[in-house]
Amino acid sequence: MALSRNISVSETSRPTLPRHARLKFDETRQVWVILAPERVLAPDEIAVEVLQLCDGVRSVADMVDHLAAKYAAPREAILTDVIAMLQDLADKGFLTEAREKTS
Amino acid sequence: MTDILADGKTASAAPSDGLAVLEQKRSTAETFGIPLAVLAELTHRCPLQCPYCSNPIELDRGSSELTTDEWKKVLSELAEIGVLQIHFSGGEPTARKDLVELVQHATDVGLYSNLITSAVLLTKEKLSALADAGLCHVQISFQGNEPIVADRVAGLKNAHEKKIEAAKWTRELDMPLTVNAVMHRQNLHQLSDIIQMAIDLDADRLEVANVQYYGWALKNRAALMPTLEQIEETSRIVEEAATRLKGILAIDYVVPDYYALRPKKCMGGWGRQFFNISPAGKVLPCHAAESITGLEFESVRSNHSIAWIWQNSEAFNRYRGTGWMPEPCKSCEFREIDFGGCRCQAFALTGDAGNTDPACTLSPMHEQIFKDAEREAAAHQDRFLYRNFAGGTLETEGEHGA
Repeated sequence: MALSRNISVSETSRPTLPRHARLKFDETRQVWVILAPERVLAPDEIAVEVLQLCDGVRSVADMVDHLAAKYAAPREAILTDVIAMLQDLADKGFLTEAREKTS
Repeated sequence: MTDILADGKTASAAPSDGLAVLEQKRSTAETFGIPLAVLAELTHRCPLQCPYCSNPIELDRGSSELTTDEWKKVLSELAEIGVLQIHFSGGEPTARKDLVELVQHATDVGLYSNLITSAVLLTKEKLSALADAGLCHVQISFQGNEPIVADRVAGLKNAHEKKIEAAKWTRELDMPLTVNAVMHRQNLHQLSDIIQMAIDLDADRLEVANVQYYGWALKNRAALMPTLEQIEETSRIVEEAATRLKGILAIDYVVPDYYALRPKKCMGGWGRQFFNISPAGKVLPCHAAESITGLEFESVRSNHSIAWIWQNSEAFNRYRGTGWMPEPCKSCEFREIDFGGCRCQAFALTGDAGNTDPACTLSPMHEQIFKDAEREAAAHQDRFLYRNFAGGTLETEGEHGA
């Protein structure tokens, strides 16, 4: 089955990068990049930090807890920013939901 | 939350500039950094005979092709110098028996791999082996939305049916699919249906690429050139579909430049962000560059490294930047926007690759090519000259090259 398109990101989502989007550190240019069909994207530092947490296991709520603790910042503000960022990535096709294990 | 992603397309017709995005902090002395993506034309052999084939008229013979080990060495070297993506193309790349091995090697050295294929030689097992070897993306060319037009253009019976099958396998294997539709006068009436076909195939991207007239396509220009009305209708259809299908199907549109006002930023500028490697190992600024006579292209089989060839070879430096430009380009405010258009087209139409691309309204030849296009589009000379190693075969009445 194809991965679902147009996912809606919420606190309970467990997002992950689809197989065609690879997060990689580009040694030559010393920047993080997302490799995708016909595209190379340069996510900013915050996006990289969040994307590294997107392993299909952690929920968005877990990620926000982690970031709120790490930066001693208000959870609500981080939640809003993280969801907006992940939704943007999902809308562009660089993020998907972890698939349910079958059988 | 905008701008978390600086988007750098790697395709040659890119509206934005990946290198500029990634290398904006570097010194201007390093303007010509290694490209993000490289096109590897593994072979010129192909079961299709499309009259607009982007390969040169003088095709590389199978016996001159780089060996498996030579390609592996090239892939390792590309990854080492900072290339991030490799496009396996041809001819038909699946005609190479070692394709799975080459994809595996690309994966092993950290390259993101893309297969640009006609798909007619693929089996489900072969595609599955490619996926297991780490293939990241499959791009399948289509010649129409149904077999009558599509198989005639391809010059191969049952080609369309096989492509549809391979596209379905691609999605079953969970690989992203791009449908590449090359458009011209004799299939533009199917554009809406092709867009629907791409949706039905669950494609992620659709490239609507109007034929660009070099090599084989230039020989077939009279049979392929669309009418101005067709182009206006095409732009309308693409625009409407792009809005309607936002988030479902990404559409990239390549306009036919004979009817344009401004020339395309061909290859993102000569020797600026792209090179390809021919089946025999030549390192080229674009896949049509060998059509320009008088330029010598270095090979990966030479004593030079690929990075040296990119930075220092005469062919790459000849039309790099803006210093080579004559008027009207030299003083033009758009000179760093489009870099004077396409060198191959300038050579094909004016006899000098250093002239302004006639696609530009500022070229003294622009009005002439516009009139030529209109005249040829109206003449209904529809017979194709099929692409092959024999220098082309003219389509016969009632029986296409299949």
